[in-house]
Amino acid sequence: MSTGASGLYFTFKPENAAFKAKVEELSGENIDLCFQCGACSSSCPLTGEMDLLPSTVIRYAQLGLAEVLESKTPWICITCFNCEIRCPRGIDIANVMEAIREMVLRTKYDKFTLDELTPEELRELPQIAIISNQRKLTA
Amino acid sequence: MKLAYYPGCTMKTDAKNFDESTYSSAEALGIELIEPTRWNCCGTVHALAKDNVMNYLAPIRNLIRVEQMNEEELVDDKRVVTQCAMCYNTLKRANLAAKADPDKMGKIRDIMEKEPNYQGSVSVVHMLELIKGLGWDEFKSKVVKPLDGLKVSPYYGCLLLRPREYGIDDPDHPTVMEDLIEALGAEVVDNPYKAKCCGAYHAVHMKEVAADLSHRILRQAQEAGAELIVTACPLCQFNLGDRQDEIKKHQREFEGIPVVYYTQLMALAFGKEGTGFEQNVPDPVRVLEEKGLL
Repeated sequence: MSTGASGLYFTFKPENAAFKAKVEELSGENIDLCFQCGACSSSCPLTGEMDLLPSTVIRYAQLGLAEVLESKTPWICITCFNCEIRCPRGIDIANVMEAIREMVLRTKYDKFTLDELTPEELRELPQIAIISNQRKLTA
Repeated sequence: MKLAYYPGCTMKTDAKNFDESTYSSAEALGIELIEPTRWNCCGTVHALAKDNVMNYLAPIRNLIRVEQMNEEELVDDKRVVTQCAMCYNTLKRANLAAKADPDKMGKIRDIMEKEPNYQGSVSVVHMLELIKGLGWDEFKSKVVKPLDGLKVSPYYGCLLLRPREYGIDDPDHPTVMEDLIEALGAEVVDNPYKAKCCGAYHAVHMKEVAADLSHRILRQAQEAGAELIVTACPLCQFNLGDRQDEIKKHQREFEGIPVVYYTQLMALAFGKEGTGFEQNVPDPVRVLEEKGLL
């Protein structure tokens, strides 16, 4: 994407189409349904920690922009599904966030490993916290 | 009534008080809960990526165990009762998604070749749905010690209500916990944050963020006059209860409020053993003693 003197230019290239198709395949969502109303972003309890709003992540995915893989937002999303019950277009945004996380995790990337915790911290945590954390954040 | 009961891992360790009070309060309601032999962890989170098969294996294996129990006539029907909100959600979603996708079910069967095929006959229910199904009059008839004067705020969290398709109640206006609190004789204190996220697994690597989310929920309940909060999930309980010391580090004015599992209040009102209040952090005993309930 580039910004010129007379406005915003965007050419939808084959790699954009491929990226978008991958997000749709993994999430099972038709992301073109989104018309950017922002209901997901306004219902999200974690936007304060995010670099892109959830609705902006959807926009990146619609445009097939792979730089969304660098965003913090999918890792901050805790899949609480508040957006899912608010979306007037019936998109389950949490599924799109998972698709983006998966695309990164499948490059054998771990967002967080338990080695970063002290034995005391690890002992304090119930297994439900550890297992869900590791299932979401490790390859 | 004999029913299969899937407790889940944390119920046997950090949430023993949830597990024990589940057994004792179900007994008072005439429900005998029987655990499948060799149950395993449900995996805690549902696989949202459409091509994921691996995350189905753990929940489906548990459902095979329930079908086996039914074949052996150990239980009355093909329901499996869950308590932990994450187990409920994971088992329920895996069950429905596998049943709706023959190709996926085929792959699951191929991978678990040593197990009997899953027939897809099990239905996953939450204890609160079961209680609601009994009827509140029947439920009230078991109360021997009404929780008079106790101001209780419900906390549903996320996965009992959302996604909409899998929730146990209306995700916008749930009432089952309120009805339960009232049926126990206590006073309901509404909390607009009762279905907002507690921070869930961010508790592991983003403590401060989880503490902030939990604090909003606790503060709302307290400002509305609640003396006690009830939960239905060991991870909510951990974030809202056990982590209050972490919250106090960031919120100096926060005074703390006891958080208990709803079944602990049931066991108390039904006059049963196994309330397990000594395991809760912070201690709920003082407020219950002040109300003359302990």
